[in-house]
Amino acid sequence: MEEYGMRLEDKLYLDGFKTDETGGSHLVIKDTSVCELCVLKQCLFVCACSVYEQNENSGRIEVNYAACVECGTCRIACDNIDWRYPRGGFGIAYKFG
Amino acid sequence: MSSKLKYDVIVVGAGPAGLAAAIVLAKAGVRVVVIERGRFPGSKNVMGGVFYSDCMKGIVDEFPGDAPVERHVIDQRICILDQDSSVGFNHKNEIFNKKPYNCHTVFRAKFDRWLAGEAEKAGALIINSTVVKEALVENGNVIGVKTGRPHGDVFANCVIASDGVNSLFAKSLGLRKKIEPAAVAIAVKEVIGLDEQVINDRFNVKSDEGVTIEMTGSFFNGEAMAFLYTNKKSVSLGVGMVLKDVLKNKINPNDLIERLKKHPSVAPFIEGGQTKEFLAHLIPEGGYRAMPKLVGNGVMIAGDAAMMVDAIHREGSNLAITSGKLAAETYLEVAQQGDFSEKTLLLYVKKLQDSFVLKDLKKYKRVPALLQTNKHLLLQYPKLLNQAAFEMLNVDGIPKKDKEKLIWKNVKQEIGIRNLVIDLFKLWRNMG
Ligand SMILES: Cc1cc2nc3c(=O)[nH]c(=O)nc-3n(C[C@H](O)[C@H](O)[C@H](O)COP(=O)(O)OP(=O)(O)OC[C@H]3O[C@@H](n4cnc5c(N)ncnc54)[C@H](O)[C@@H]3O)c2cc1C
Ligand code: SF4
Ligand code: SF4
Repeated sequence: MEEYGMRLEDKLYLDGFKTDETGGSHLVIKDTSVCELCVLKQCLFVCACSVYEQNENSGRIEVNYAACVECGTCRIACDNIDWRYPRGGFGIAYKFG
Repeated sequence: MSSKLKYDVIVVGAGPAGLAAAIVLAKAGVRVVVIERGRFPGSKNVMGGVFYSDCMKGIVDEFPGDAPVERHVIDQRICILDQDSSVGFNHKNEIFNKKPYNCHTVFRAKFDRWLAGEAEKAGALIINSTVVKEALVENGNVIGVKTGRPHGDVFANCVIASDGVNSLFAKSLGLRKKIEPAAVAIAVKEVIGLDEQVINDRFNVKSDEGVTIEMTGSFFNGEAMAFLYTNKKSVSLGVGMVLKDVLKNKINPNDLIERLKKHPSVAPFIEGGQTKEFLAHLIPEGGYRAMPKLVGNGVMIAGDAAMMVDAIHREGSNLAITSGKLAAETYLEVAQQGDFSEKTLLLYVKKLQDSFVLKDLKKYKRVPALLQTNKHLLLQYPKLLNQAAFEMLNVDGIPKKDKEKLIWKNVKQEIGIRNLVIDLFKLWRNMG
């Protein structure tokens, strides 16, 4: 990602999240072998919150679901993502909206 | 929740569409429950957000009354951005300063919560922190919903699906196909805190008076719309780009807003401001042609879930409210007969057709495809417009006549006169 004024981490820090620690991730990659063959790797750039990151060593896609604001973009951008809503009451809760 | 819970109507999602439906139903004495996945209504919801007052007729007695609104909008600006320049147009009108106000800026986390309070006052039950998983179907009829809670089945005569743009509910019923990247825009927004007086000075308004600026143009290198709206003590800056173009440009939506913040036509407005919240949400922009089936046996779809957004006029919440209201009125009309089959519920579609909702969506039905297949409308024209404005306004000793020639030369080079005529004709046919 390009470097600009405010860091994404600092922006996300402003948002109110309630992470579902017990339920785990609401975003699951269906088949990791599909990722290995995926050329565009659009999950890495379409997400405004950069939830998807590629591990430098293993090359695997890692999903930091705690930073997800549940917009649904990655669901439409990639069929290899099993996308659900977080459990009721968990996830993002905007103050302003 | 027990397994025998039965209501007259279940509303999925406490956004404007669902809450409007719930209010109309509850006022008529119908037993209605609204199921919302967020901790409170509005906690998951995002908009620019300009809210038009007119749709609230029949929902609340007086609007805004005690509704949480920010500023009423008196000055609306449109800005065509190129890399370091812009050409603009504005409309300021004293009529917009008189009650009833045409529109206000709002924050959805506050607004939806308030509207849910109105629904409760009318007698609706709001259940928060609960995800509707899928429809319960028996003999081809929707008879209720399955929620994420243990023993969480809820039954009803009819379900109103107002679960927003991702509408997994409509999908689970097979009422819509997969959403294509050309049919949605991903929008990011920041709420940027500023002193009230600073906002008044920068936008040339008094307290409570608001300004909206819509931005598009070659700066974005794709089908994108940006906005800058004034709230009481903050501004909302956002930008949305059609997902298809995001994929093509390989651009990150957060980078897009960071770039916008630096544009010379934007930066002075937000200077010294402090970001208070960062948001991202999809906008259904596919228009009329991307709409799902609006009714099934025992179910009606309203609002964003039905792709009811008029992207050209940044209208969505008013279409949501109106469609929710019409779904509720349909229920009230057919409840006597006790028949909620798809055929009977087609009355809802009829009502939508008679209202501005489907009339407007139909009017602009070709626009999404037009913009997707005619990229130069969004890329070359804004550039030329900016160049033309510069030539005419920059005093450098060249006679205006020669400047005109230069502008035409640019137009001929970039687009060609024949294409210019074709484009104007296309625009007139599709938007006029
Ligand atoms: C950045 C942006 C700017 C916009 N600007 C404007 C504007 O200026 N003016 C305007 O009029 N419109 C604007 N819109 C459009 C407007 O926000 C929408 O059209 C409107 O919110 C639609 O209302 P809705 O009730 O249909 O859906 P939503 O507001 O999305 O509400 C859906 C609700 O359902 C809940 N839900 C979803 N799934 C489930 C489930 N399975 N179980 C339980 N609950 C569920 C959600 O949590 C949510 O509360 C904008 C949109 C965006 C994203
Ligand atoms: S998640 Fe989807 S987009 Fe990302 S690498 Fe895997 S297949 Fe590609
Ligand atoms: S839903 Fe939106 S925020 Fe969440 S991971 Fe997907 S793209 Fe990112």
